[in-house]
Amino acid sequence: MKKNNIHFQFPKTVKTPDRFRNPISKYTIRRNARCVSCGLCAELCPYGVHPRYDDYAKPLRPLDYKCIGFKCKENDFFCIDRCPEQALTLRRNPILDTLGDYRWTAEMLIGHWEMAETGNLPVVDLEYSLGNSGGGFDKIRFKIPDPDDYLNLTDTDMDTSVNLNKRGDGRPVRINAIPCYGGGMSYGSTALSVMTSRAQAATLLNTLTCTGEGGYPDELIPYADHVITQIATGLFGVREETILRAPMVEFKYAQGAKPGLGGHLLGDKVTPEVAAMRETVVGNALFSPFPFHSVYSVEDHKKHVDWVKEINPKALVSVKVSTPTDVDMVAVGSYYAGAHVVHLDGSYGGTGAAPDIAKKNIAMPIEYAIPKVHNFLKEEGVRDKVCLIASGGIRNAMDVAKAIALGADGVVIGTAELVALECVRCGHCESGRGCARGIATTDHELGKIITEQWATQRIVNMYMAWRKQWCEILRQYGLKSIKELVGRSDLLVHLDYLDEEERSKYQPAPQAELII
Amino acid sequence: MPKKYHIPIKTAEPRHNTIGKYAIIEFREDCAGSCRECVKKKCIYGIFKENYMHLSTMNEPEYLYACHSCFRCVQECTKGIFSRVVNPEYRTLGDDYWKPEIIYKLWYQAHTGKVPVSGAGYRGPFVAAGFDSMWTDMSEIVRPTRDGIHGREYINTCFELSRRVSPLKFGEDMSLVSDVPPILENPIPLMLRLPDAFLSNKHIIESSAKAAQGLDTLLLLRPEDYSDALLPYARNLVPRLNGDNIMDHEDLILKSRAVELAFDSNIQETVRKVRDIKYDLVLIIGIPLDKNAASRAVELTHFDVDTLLFYADENGNELNAEHPRFLKEMIREVHLNLVNNFIRQKINLVFSGGIAMAEHMAKAIICGADGVIVDIPLLIALECRVCHRCRNGLSCPAKIDGKFDSEWGSQRMINLMGAWHNQLIEVMGAMGIREARRLRGEVGRSMWFEDLEMESFGPIFGKRKIAGLK
Repeated sequence: MKKNNIHFQFPKTVKTPDRFRNPISKYTIRRNARCVSCGLCAELCPYGVHPRYDDYAKPLRPLDYKCIGFKCKENDFFCIDRCPEQALTLRRNPILDTLGDYRWTAEMLIGHWEMAETGNLPVVDLEYSLGNSGGGFDKIRFKIPDPDDYLNLTDTDMDTSVNLNKRGDGRPVRINAIPCYGGGMSYGSTALSVMTSRAQAATLLNTLTCTGEGGYPDELIPYADHVITQIATGLFGVREETILRAPMVEFKYAQGAKPGLGGHLLGDKVTPEVAAMRETVVGNALFSPFPFHSVYSVEDHKKHVDWVKEINPKALVSVKVSTPTDVDMVAVGSYYAGAHVVHLDGSYGGTGAAPDIAKKNIAMPIEYAIPKVHNFLKEEGVRDKVCLIASGGIRNAMDVAKAIALGADGVVIGTAELVALECVRCGHCESGRGCARGIATTDHELGKIITEQWATQRIVNMYMAWRKQWCEILRQYGLKSIKELVGRSDLLVHLDYLDEEERSKYQPAPQAELII
Repeated sequence: MPKKYHIPIKTAEPRHNTIGKYAIIEFREDCAGSCRECVKKKCIYGIFKENYMHLSTMNEPEYLYACHSCFRCVQECTKGIFSRVVNPEYRTLGDDYWKPEIIYKLWYQAHTGKVPVSGAGYRGPFVAAGFDSMWTDMSEIVRPTRDGIHGREYINTCFELSRRVSPLKFGEDMSLVSDVPPILENPIPLMLRLPDAFLSNKHIIESSAKAAQGLDTLLLLRPEDYSDALLPYARNLVPRLNGDNIMDHEDLILKSRAVELAFDSNIQETVRKVRDIKYDLVLIIGIPLDKNAASRAVELTHFDVDTLLFYADENGNELNAEHPRFLKEMIREVHLNLVNNFIRQKINLVFSGGIAMAEHMAKAIICGADGVIVDIPLLIALECRVCHRCRNGLSCPAKIDGKFDSEWGSQRMINLMGAWHNQLIEVMGAMGIREARRLRGEVGRSMWFEDLEMESFGPIFGKRKIAGLK
């Protein structure tokens, strides 16, 4: 099958279970001492919650992460009611109170773990599309569709691709098969196995991933056609050959989680390998300066772009900026400087380490920036010539679709890919041995608890599940291609802008006081 | 090179176990007892270090407050005996305004003096009431020093407490002939004050005075709190007086650089009396932040005073109002009223109440304050849990009602303010603002929820039907 069109053969989903013995689940099932091990529950449950071996009569601990919960009550195989000894108890797992946060709720995390495991949408009743933040994407809904608009097409016939080069400047047309690509996570911030598996997944999905600013390890070379070389202010590991390798080069002017501040890698994570790659000293914290010392104006920026274009005549150029008040002007300036992609990184984006005050308070959320820039580019008459990419707090497939309907061509995903690898968002990526779950770590021992094969498949599975959601949205509105969704903000409603009667037709925004 | 402002940060360990957010629960009755894969031995943070050795005793399940939330013990235990809960003690911290996460982070800063840094993105609500409904802007290009974090020492965070003479007059020989009042500058845009309704004792007062000295700022103090032990810190103390007691505290007035006078109907007369005692004194007028605050500010600016200090309640709300407005709106009202009367440059504005985090200081300045008062966070630095027991004369669970080393206490306060200062610089650096004075009232360097909604969502969704933040 050809790449770069809608008939691209998407990779197969393969069941890729949790790495750990006890997956975290929404429900718990407890079996008490009344159980006589009759085996009825194992016979009844089609989801495999009650494992049982033929030659072992004793009851085993239920696999409660497979349980679909109270909605099973309507089924005649509901084990709780059918157990002759009433030995089973079903409850909402109290551990959920300690998992997740306002933006990534416990259910959203568990939902994505399930998608990453199966490649399908969760069967458990999980709210994985809405967070609890009380604003932005969490209050925006797609309008109730007209049933007459429904397109009866299979997912195979739906186009979810995005074109990154709209300039028509003779450089290659680059079409990603999904409207997402991986955000920059530097060598040093994540385990090498995570970096390479993200690149493998990007290759299988015919999209891109990004080196981040920590250099280009040789292990990524086999996937070079799908790896963006990032040039950030620290210029760590940036060399002519890494620019020559890249289908797209990304200038990182700012990062949404810490706009106006440079990158920050705490000393504990600067191992000999990381230090060698970045040409620095082992154990010393690394601060990237801010901003580029060579850029004082759009003209200076253009010199940057021209420099990369001169080195690599085939590379596209992306400009990653944060979201200040004048983000619209910055975007237009970037376009006129020659950028193919203007990448807006909103203030609630992810990071390996940032001051809490910056993450919460600096720059605007991406939900505001997308329509602002989209409309300004339209008014300037250049919207069709530039690819607008959004990131920063885009968590799930519905957020992606909403961002596109607000005006983005596509999005960049970071955190969700790590969640697919069972990140629990504990926030301890930054120091000591780093991530206890082996994701955001440079520790040799911890980094080995993730294998490339496992991680690659989990990421592929998650995106394939997301694609199912996108295809369904497109079908509902009679659209064949996700390109037709770009800027269709007329398909969106915001709960706070509806009168009460109209609002009652839509799912309310989740509201709960959380301990974070 | 000119001397740079430096805050002497030094780790100051807490006296009590810090109350953590989460607790691990362990159902030991199901424990295998001698499992070679015991997750307690594998915990990368070592939180079970002193615990797993005593497994055989099968003690009662215990809370472990040092959990880092990685869930590996929960997920890897061969018997699945671990679970987690929100630490019930954590839930009891503070109140609706002084939330547990605020107190927890203030403790960390008082302990280490470090800016809280974490991985992963922002975890909180999209927007919330008060200061959480505005964002500071950043500049994509313009930087104060062109050198990011390495040039931060060139960012000036001074604010003035003394009045300004404008315009200056010069004689024919170009010598200055204007009568220039004394200049009083604080290198950090905050002053300290112990909250009236909370407990106070000589250890707390001495710690605060010593911290004021260490920070080179001022501590506002009731005259009854003065003692000989505070003599070394006299330069950093400001007595809080009123029209009735100024004549009783002439000695305090004479040895102070500034005095706070409580606003009353005879304030003009009180100001005159104090000036008679010591002419070159910086006068701060303490005024309730109520519906009359803005008009009083205009009125008092024409008097011979230097700084107006407005008191909101301890949660930053307007006083004596049925539907109180928050500090943010009140600062705007007072500041803009002075701007509209063309007299903003003649007076300094300081606001007290509800300043709970470093970002509040930055945002209050953006709204129009010159500086802020830090009150309850001083006690939190001493491990106060804002449980309010002391209001009823009950004992303090953090034992700050007893004796403690004022060196330790002052270091905790200095650490906390040092971390705030660094955070202010982070935000100012991102904004491209070189001086705190230039940040004052600079709303152009901020973005407000209502404005962003109207500008970005208005054209798409029409008129907002829900007012406020619900």
